[in-house]
Amino acid sequence: MLLLWSDIVVWLLVTSLLYFFWRLKQDTLLRERWQLVAQSRIAMASTIVLLAFVLIALADSLHFRTNDPYRPVVSALDMSLGNIATGQEKSYSAPFAIESLWQETRQTDDGRVIRAPVPLQHAGKQLDNPNDLSRDLWQRSLTFLSIGIILASLIVWMLSHLSVFSQTALPWKSAAITFIVLCGFLVWLWGMGQSYHVLGTGKVGEDVLYASLKGVRTGILIGGLTTLLTLPFAVVMGIVAGYFKGWVDDVVQYLYTTLNAVPGVLLIASAMLLAQLYLAQHADVFASEQERADVRLLLVCLVLGLTGWTGLARILRAESLKLREMEYVKAASAFGVSHVRIIGRHLLPNLGHLVLISAVLDFSGLVLAEAVLSYVGIGVDPTMPSWGNMINLARQELNREPVVWWNLLGAFVGMFTLVLSVNLLADRVQHVFNPRAQG
Amino acid sequence: MIQYILRRLLWLFPILLMVNLLTFILFFVVNSPDDMARAQLGNKYVTDAALTAWKAARGYDLPLLWNTNAVGWDVLTQTIFWQKSVQLMVFDFGVSDAGRAIGADLAQRAWPSLWLALPSFMIGLCVNIALALLLVMFRGQWLDKLGLVLTIVIMSISGLFFIIGGQYVLAKLWHWFPISGYEPDGDVWRFLLLPIILGVIAGVGSGVRWYRSILLEEADKDFARTARAKGLSLWQVMHRHVLPNGLLPILTGVVAVLPLLFMGSLIMESFFGIPGLGSYTIDAINSQDFAIVRAMVYLGAVLYVFGLIITDITYAWADPRVRFGDK
Repeated sequence: MLLLWSDIVVWLLVTSLLYFFWRLKQDTLLRERWQLVAQSRIAMASTIVLLAFVLIALADSLHFRTNDPYRPVVSALDMSLGNIATGQEKSYSAPFAIESLWQETRQTDDGRVIRAPVPLQHAGKQLDNPNDLSRDLWQRSLTFLSIGIILASLIVWMLSHLSVFSQTALPWKSAAITFIVLCGFLVWLWGMGQSYHVLGTGKVGEDVLYASLKGVRTGILIGGLTTLLTLPFAVVMGIVAGYFKGWVDDVVQYLYTTLNAVPGVLLIASAMLLAQLYLAQHADVFASEQERADVRLLLVCLVLGLTGWTGLARILRAESLKLREMEYVKAASAFGVSHVRIIGRHLLPNLGHLVLISAVLDFSGLVLAEAVLSYVGIGVDPTMPSWGNMINLARQELNREPVVWWNLLGAFVGMFTLVLSVNLLADRVQHVFNPRAQG
Repeated sequence: MIQYILRRLLWLFPILLMVNLLTFILFFVVNSPDDMARAQLGNKYVTDAALTAWKAARGYDLPLLWNTNAVGWDVLTQTIFWQKSVQLMVFDFGVSDAGRAIGADLAQRAWPSLWLALPSFMIGLCVNIALALLLVMFRGQWLDKLGLVLTIVIMSISGLFFIIGGQYVLAKLWHWFPISGYEPDGDVWRFLLLPIILGVIAGVGSGVRWYRSILLEEADKDFARTARAKGLSLWQVMHRHVLPNGLLPILTGVVAVLPLLFMGSLIMESFFGIPGLGSYTIDAINSQDFAIVRAMVYLGAVLYVFGLIITDITYAWADPRVRFGDK
């Protein structure tokens, strides 16, 4: 068992999220609001998809040391993926191909020298005759799809007897359908991945499906950790500025205007360039390449968080300015209630929805930002599996002949699904908590 | 009015000062010129002589804040802080680490950036407002709902995919546009059309949602309901009452970002080979040219502050309540 820094962070993130929902149960008003959120079918379906992403990220955050010199550190996800994780080829191959994309010169049995694609090492081994490929693909697809769907249906059927589901009037049906479809798809991916490269292989022969799955953790970590880092800062700064006004307000405004004045990418770039310099000169501090990449990932989050708090702080400041003039706040301060108590009792609860909406929206923005940063070369470590790095590679691959499009596809599907489900959920949350903005 | 603007100007000056100080600390204190030199010359196999020569050629061999070897004012001026940071304040950008005059580069590269960014922004603005108006007119109906879902879908796609996909399909497969490149004197628009179109598409999701919420707020106000009640058609209400009132928040938002268009678009320019300030910045980041990065940081800050000032001015001009000090 090996704990990387980012693993700890991921688990902390999840525990804090669980704690947040546990607290929700205590608060009747909030619980009602969240039930409203859950009453949307789209929100239910997105939540199921998000949960799947979180589970993948969690499984990828349990690292173990092994005796294998080529793979000294593996995660629980790697172990459960089997051939998807270990099926290393030499270079490019197309999705579901059994032959390589590159050509090798070799001698045939009758002595001629030809240049032809070679059979892949980890794809279609069970085939006796290459012509059976399409039949085998159909057979396996049907088998795994039905296994997944039947399995999921069984789980749904068993859960449906629980009283929770019959008592609450939520769109459980949509959740169940999403769950079944998702299960069918994931089992199909896993099953096909055992005997084929579902998304082909990349430049150095790595399975693209595997890389896309590994990108989940990086994406969630960047979005989640950065949001978590910025929230306390933004909340304190915004409320303090709005509540106390005067010179405190001036200082806070000055701070965030200054940070905003520096072009975002450039500030991140400068900070990352300096961090890179530092990491390059202190390379010996880190035991393995993975640990160095890990520290760099955390640095990216930190730097993104440095500029990320200004937007929310500005909103909270404006809202606090309004709230402090409210009669109940005035009454409280007339009674001699301390500032800390007024902020905790009267301001914070009235700002919660703003924080929440901004946190969810920031998350999806950050996942997208990671891709841009990695493209510019100031994002996560190039050795780290991330969607941004995959897109970066895809740029040259599209200019190849034949065109290699599967890296782009893998990154696109992963990123799009994650961000879309977060955005759909955010839209619903915004609709319920702040109906005015939606109309 | 003049007093108001002067007060704002005074408030904004310290921001530039702080940005300047921040870049100085980031680039010279946190990271010594020695580190910079080593990174440029290769980390491991560097002789001290080469380091000193590299620093001397670029003026990084001076003391940071106080030159004890100098006499008179030179104690202050013959320092890195004075030569590199204070000079920035008067727009003397100096020389890049690769030995080119940054000021001349900036002046030359600002135009391609502007030719790309300004049309993208303007066309995008018109398209977004028109679509938002359409959604508001059909609010609550299927067109509105469909439009809202579509905007979320577009927002969920990284701009990189639009650029990569658009370039591949429209330019490479269908040959509608040149893949990349730029001709300053020739047919500029031939090269700019595709990036402009893609820029507009990539921005349509968040843009439409934003303008829709602004217009909805106006459409919910009493005057809009009264206008509708007295018998004006939906189109007349939108056109005469909602849009003009919504234009004030839209205008102030636009004015704030207008100066920043000079900075160009990092990704767009590097993808389509347009020699603007965006690709200049990317090249500087990739070659770790700190002098250029520093200059761009400062330029960005100046433009941002400039945007703030003209926002204040437009705001005061358009809204008398601000002008007459009624906060």
